[in-house]
Amino acid sequence: MVKHASPRLDASFAALSDVTRRGVLEQLGRADASITDLAGKFDMTLAGMMKHVGVLEQAGLVTTEKVGRVRTCKLARRRLQEETAWIDRYHQLWDSRFDALDEVVEELKRKEMTDGRNKRE
Amino acid sequence: MDAIKESEAATAKNRTTVEQTSEREIVVTRTFDAPARLVFEAWTQPELFKRWWVPRSIGMSLLACEMDVRPGGKYRLAFGNDPAKPLEFFGKYLDVVPNARIVWTNDEGGEGGAVTTVTFQEMGGKTLLVVRDLYPSKEALVAGHGAEEGMPEALDQLDELLRR
Repeated sequence: MVKHASPRLDASFAALSDVTRRGVLEQLGRADASITDLAGKFDMTLAGMMKHVGVLEQAGLVTTEKVGRVRTCKLARRRLQEETAWIDRYHQLWDSRFDALDEVVEELKRKEMTDGRNKRE
Repeated sequence: MDAIKESEAATAKNRTTVEQTSEREIVVTRTFDAPARLVFEAWTQPELFKRWWVPRSIGMSLLACEMDVRPGGKYRLAFGNDPAKPLEFFGKYLDVVPNARIVWTNDEGGEGGAVTTVTFQEMGGKTLLVVRDLYPSKEALVAGHGAEEGMPEALDQLDELLRR
């Protein structure tokens, strides 16, 4: 049975649905960076970048650490790898659909057989 | 009752496979114990399509299902629990070959949407169904597979996160 999507995975997928946030992840994959660095690289305001990093942090894709006056962002690698489990979820979705489709098709088959008999009679 | 048991046994034998064949493509397959025309019918008649497209476990109903299944024809699916805020999926059919092939666009996500190709191959009274989702880029695939499944919850959560 397909379980209801987990809130954590959903938050991750939502976080990944934005092009800037995917860019931030890519950037952090190369090197840790401060919010100020990231805002500069993506040509955004500090507040705008903080919002994006906040979403990534909530989804568990990024961790941040404040040292002095600088907040450094890092990729939360372990969590990102877990998301590759998406293929299992994709499988569950289609499996569940196809089980239902199977029932519909079986019903059509039975109906056709019955109709065929009726026509012959 | 026996008919139901038999159909369950048939279901158990048929496996769904999912494979990411490239960084832009996901392929799903399944064999159905019926001729291609019946599987095609279940895919193209809205009354039948409605009965299987939305997995029961999601607990949402299809609010609207408009399908003009012909090349250039459009489709629109709306589902959710709140009719005032339906979740919509729409696009158009690029190619339709009766009992053999359907190709459509997924336009709800803008330019990142996949093009889906479904083929129905009949062999000895059984039908091999192959569904290919081809995304415009690998980034679109990453974004798209999340959208396909966790969409409603994901959007709500994103809303929440952004409001903080």
